[in-house]
Amino acid sequence: METVAHAAPKRAMPWFAGSACALVLALVAGVTIGPAGPDWWRVPLALLDHLPFVSLDSGVGDTDWSIIWQIRAPRVVLAALVGSTLSVAGASYQGVFRNPLVDPYLLGVAAGAGLGATIVITVNRTGSLSWPVDPLPLVAFAGGLAAVLMTYLVGSTFGGDRTSITLVLAGVAVTSLATAIQTFLLQRNSDVVRQVYSWILGRLSTATWGDVRLVVPYVVVSTVVLLMHRRLLDVLRVGDEEASALGADVRRIRLAVVIAATLGTAAVVAVSGLIGFVGIIVPHAVRLLVGSSFRLVLPLSMMLGAAFLIVADIPGRILDKPAETPIGVVTAFLGAPFFLLILRTRQGSR
Amino acid sequence: MTSLVFDNVGVRYGSHVAVHGFSDTVRPGEWLCVIGPNGAGKSSLLRSVVGVAPHVGLMLVDGAPLHSRSARRRAQLIAYVPQNPVLPPGMTGREYVLLGRNPFVSHFGAESRHDLGMVDDVIERLDLAPLAGRDIGTLSGGERQRLVIARAVAQEAPILLLDEPTSALDIGHQQQALELVDRLRREHGLTVISAMHDLTLAGIYSDRLVLMHEGHRVAHGSAEEVLRPETLGEFYGVSVRVHREADGTIIVVPSRTPDLR
Repeated sequence: METVAHAAPKRAMPWFAGSACALVLALVAGVTIGPAGPDWWRVPLALLDHLPFVSLDSGVGDTDWSIIWQIRAPRVVLAALVGSTLSVAGASYQGVFRNPLVDPYLLGVAAGAGLGATIVITVNRTGSLSWPVDPLPLVAFAGGLAAVLMTYLVGSTFGGDRTSITLVLAGVAVTSLATAIQTFLLQRNSDVVRQVYSWILGRLSTATWGDVRLVVPYVVVSTVVLLMHRRLLDVLRVGDEEASALGADVRRIRLAVVIAATLGTAAVVAVSGLIGFVGIIVPHAVRLLVGSSFRLVLPLSMMLGAAFLIVADIPGRILDKPAETPIGVVTAFLGAPFFLLILRTRQGSR
Repeated sequence: MTSLVFDNVGVRYGSHVAVHGFSDTVRPGEWLCVIGPNGAGKSSLLRSVVGVAPHVGLMLVDGAPLHSRSARRRAQLIAYVPQNPVLPPGMTGREYVLLGRNPFVSHFGAESRHDLGMVDDVIERLDLAPLAGRDIGTLSGGERQRLVIARAVAQEAPILLLDEPTSALDIGHQQQALELVDRLRREHGLTVISAMHDLTLAGIYSDRLVLMHEGHRVAHGSAEEVLRPETLGEFYGVSVRVHREADGTIIVVPSRTPDLR
C-alpha cells in the first residue's frame, strides 16, 4: 500500500529548509571562528580546497589547517551531535511522560554520570595513574546507564498501572541518592571540587575525533529509533488508556523510547559533561514555531538542537580567551532570552 | 454487523471488585445502554472490553474470544469514546481524527493515502470541515465531543463503545451527538454499547437497557421494563415519576420526596 511520509504537512517544508540552512551556517561559523588560527575568510576556502577535485589557493598553512581540522572541526561536530541528541531525547522524554518540563536527565542519567565522573576524578586526582584509555567518559557512561536502569527497575516494579508517575518519582529518588554520594565524596576530597564542577558545567573544548567516534554509534542508533517513534509519540498524547484502546502497545513504546533516549544522552554526557537547558529549550522553541506534532518536533529539534549548540559554543571560546566559559553557562545565558523572545513573538502574533 | 457476548466477566482493582460476573449478549446492530448509579461498574465494564481494565471471564466477538486478539486487532474491532477524552492542545482537528487510523498502521509505518482519504471523508460526512484545521484546545465541549466521535468513526470498527458520551453537553448538543451515533449505527450497521446517566435519553435511543448496581447486573430489558419507579427507587435511591408518551417514549422525571420538602 502506498504510504505518505508520516503525513508531514506541506506547511512544514519551509521549516525543514530553514533548519537545514541554519545548521549549515552554524557548522561553517563553528569552524571559522576561534581565538587563534587563520583569517576567518580563508577557512571556507581551505575547506573547499580539501574537497576532492577542487583546488584553491586558500593561503592556509599546515599549522592553521591543523587548528581547523584537529581542534575546531571535531569540536563543532561533537557540539552538533550533543545538541541534536539532547534535543531529540528531551522532546521524546516530554512525549512519553506527557510532561513539557522534563529533560533528558529526568531518570537520573546526569546524576549517575556525574557520580561516575566524580569517582574517576577522585581516584585519579593527581593524574598519576596511567590508564591506556581515559576512563572518565566510560565510567560516566556506565554510571548514567546504571542510574537509569535502577530507576526503571524500581519504577516498573512498584509502578503497576501508574508506571510513568512511579518512574519519575524513582528518577527523583535515584538522582538524590547519586547526588548525595557525590556530595559526600566531594566533601571528603575538596581538592577536586573545581575539576568536578568543570565537568558538571559541560565542556567541548577538549573534543577530539576520538570523542566523536566514541559517541557516533550511540547517537545514530538513539536518533534513528526515536525518529521512528515520532508518529507513535503523537498517539501517546491522548494518554495511556486511550492510546491502548487505539491499538498502541504503550509499554513497548515507552520502554523503547526511554532506552533509546537514555543511551544517546548517556553517551553524549560521557564526553561533554552536563550541558543543561538544551533538552528543554530547543523542543519548546520548535513547538512554538511549528506546533506540537512530534512528526515535526523531533526532526526539527534534531537539526536546530545541533545548530544551537554549535552557535552557543562560539562565544565561550572567544569572550574570555585564553580561558573558556563553560558551555552549560552559555546555553542558559543565550537560551533563556532566545526562548522568551520566541514566546513573546508567538503570543503577539495570535 | 457484529455481536458481542459477555460470559461471566468480572473487573477487579486490587481488592475492590467493580464488576461481578457480568453476562449478556449484544446482538449485531443492537444499541445496548448500560445504566446505573455512580460506582455501579458501567465504565469498568466498557474499559474491560477495550482491554484497559483488568478483567476475568470471556468476551466473544462474533463467536471468537477477544482476549486472544492483539491490542491492534482489538482496536480494529472496537472503537471507544471515553468518559473524559484527552484532547491534546496544539493538535488540529484533522490530526486528532487521524489517530483513529492507528490500528491500521504498522508499528513504525505511516498512514497510507487510503487512511488520509478516509479521515477526510469522515470529516466531510460529519460536517467537521470547519474544525479540521483548528487547534482542538480552542474548541467548545460540543465540538470536541463531535471530534471524539469522528475519531471513533475513522477507526471503522463494527462495535462502538460510548462512556457517558453526553455528560458534558447541553441538551441540544446531547441530542446532536446521540442522533449522530444513531445515524452511524443505521448507515454502517454498528453495534453500540453506551453507559449513560440520562435515563430518558437512554430509553429513547437504545434498543435495550441493562441496569447495574454495585457491580451486579440487576435488571435488563426494554425501557418500559427497566425504567420503572420501584426499580429506579430501589437501586438509585430516588423518587421518580415515569411517564409513557403516546409514541411509546418513556420519560423519567425526578420527584421530591415528602420528607425533603
